[in-house]
Amino acid sequence: MAYGSFVLMRDLTFEVARGSVFVIMGGSGCGKSTLLRHLIGLNAPAAGAIFYGEENFTSAPPDARERMLRRFGVLYQAGALFSSLTLAQNVMLPLGEYTDLAPREMRDVAALKLALVGLRGFEDYYPSQISGGMQKRAGLARAIALDPEVLFFDEPSAGLDPISSRRLDDLILELRESLGATIVVVTHELPSIFTIADDSIFLDADSRTMIASGSPKELLARSTDSRVREFLTRGAEGSQHG
Amino acid sequence: MEQASLTASRVDPDTVCVRVAGAWRLRRGLPAADTVARALDERVRRLVFDARDLAGWDSSLVTVLAQVLDGCRGRLEVERTGLPAGVQRLLELVEAVPEKQGARGAVPRPVFLVRVGTAAIVATEQAREFLAFLGEATRSLARFLGRRARYRRVDLVLEVQEAGARALPIATLISFLVGLIMAFVGAVSLQQFGAGIYVANMVAVAMAREMGAMMTAIIMAGRTGSAYAAQLGTMNVSQEIDALTTMGIPPIDFLVLPRMLALSLMMPLLAIYSDFIGILGGVVVGTTMLDLSVTQYWEQTKGAITLTDFATGVGKSVVFGVLVAIAGCMEGMRAGRSASAVGDAATRAAVRAIVYIIVADGIFAVVFHVLGI
Repeated sequence: MAYGSFVLMRDLTFEVARGSVFVIMGGSGCGKSTLLRHLIGLNAPAAGAIFYGEENFTSAPPDARERMLRRFGVLYQAGALFSSLTLAQNVMLPLGEYTDLAPREMRDVAALKLALVGLRGFEDYYPSQISGGMQKRAGLARAIALDPEVLFFDEPSAGLDPISSRRLDDLILELRESLGATIVVVTHELPSIFTIADDSIFLDADSRTMIASGSPKELLARSTDSRVREFLTRGAEGSQHG
Repeated sequence: MEQASLTASRVDPDTVCVRVAGAWRLRRGLPAADTVARALDERVRRLVFDARDLAGWDSSLVTVLAQVLDGCRGRLEVERTGLPAGVQRLLELVEAVPEKQGARGAVPRPVFLVRVGTAAIVATEQAREFLAFLGEATRSLARFLGRRARYRRVDLVLEVQEAGARALPIATLISFLVGLIMAFVGAVSLQQFGAGIYVANMVAVAMAREMGAMMTAIIMAGRTGSAYAAQLGTMNVSQEIDALTTMGIPPIDFLVLPRMLALSLMMPLLAIYSDFIGILGGVVVGTTMLDLSVTQYWEQTKGAITLTDFATGVGKSVVFGVLVAIAGCMEGMRAGRSASAVGDAATRAAVRAIVYIIVADGIFAVVFHVLGI
């Protein structure tokens, strides 16, 4: 991954198993969110390719790429709701684009999705009228509008209190069970990482590459890399570096 | 309260004692740290502190002492026990993390030639971006005509209202004044030749061919162009534009197309309106300064302009509208991700739009002249 001639990260090779929860973790500023942007097609890799199943996402022509994008759902860090639309209209947007549902039916589906994330009754509110945590949940409702196969979460617990964060973790696990979705989460919240992750990679800002992969619990038990241990034990182990 | 003071004195051949006394308060200013530096010569090996007469301290003391310590780092043995415990702890904290190599990025101001070169590269890059954006916008328009564009009709209606009806008050004011001023300036000169009546011709032709379209466009550049940049810039900051992209909805269809259409529909109407209001300004000068009657002025005006004159103004205004929309939307979508970036984008959008308008007007002037229109 590169910005112009500045290489942000190199030699990232990993696989995400279908139906698992995959966590991308690392310190602040190491490129986790940038990696996510590459996975959803907002940035193009400087070298290498991204495959979804057998299909090459990186070199796909626009309409094939669009078909693949339809199978994704993305929850952005602050929800990224469209501020001029109500919550229901936000959720109905992807529905209107990719389904042939009638407006009444779309409204019903939107109401269902909002109820799933605990926002029943808020369909006609505007994003500016609800709290940050609620905006995130509304963003999630929009992300799951089309029952996506792959869900991406960018720092889902950012700005949430511990209880809301826990509820979101439960929701993520529930989505994996009920939708059978593959879930990719960018986060550095340790409690969430240990709760939800089946597999993970650890990005390091200083060496600009991935330095560990595997289930976080296993990494904690077996890894000998001091940077990984320091991260996973919240500084209890490992040296301080400048 | 006693004044803060910092003094250095030799107590031994190789020891300097730094005495801090008085009440050290930030709002009173910082005593200079170089009094200590001046007392240090090669023979000095140790530094000690005396804070017995210190009446109170805050970060001002820590700041000055940190500078003092910085100046003798590595050269002298420093004993800090004479300082209050809190000061010692803070100084330790300051020194805890060594300065990261290369972090202090003091870039020297580049040579003039380098700046010219960089500006040239940036300008060509901007021109390229503009053409790319123009191309994308054209494709979006093609999709619109083929009824395949993805936008919300209600957005188009709202933008039309915003760019059209809501702009009438300011368009009225500016056009009236422009017509008035032009007529006044012209009248002053023409009156000397007894040709005052030709003020009507002057105002009419100037408004219809140039000023109506251009004044309206400049107003819209400042008003609507920067508004578009701010709207889209804010959406960029909150990742709404990214969200549209990942949902497979091209932001250029959803956001730019309604704005571009709204301006290209409303600008010609505003331009014609502006023409007439400008002529009205001329009427005021004609009736007051030149003692013409309204009928006389009107007849003179009618004889002076043709439909072609109006058509050129209207045609130009459509192009100006598109340029304003593109400048505004482009700057908005390119805006960086901080609050100041949105403000900068809005400013740049207005400036760019005005530049585009003037350049386009120049091109039109040449083209019309060649075509004999």
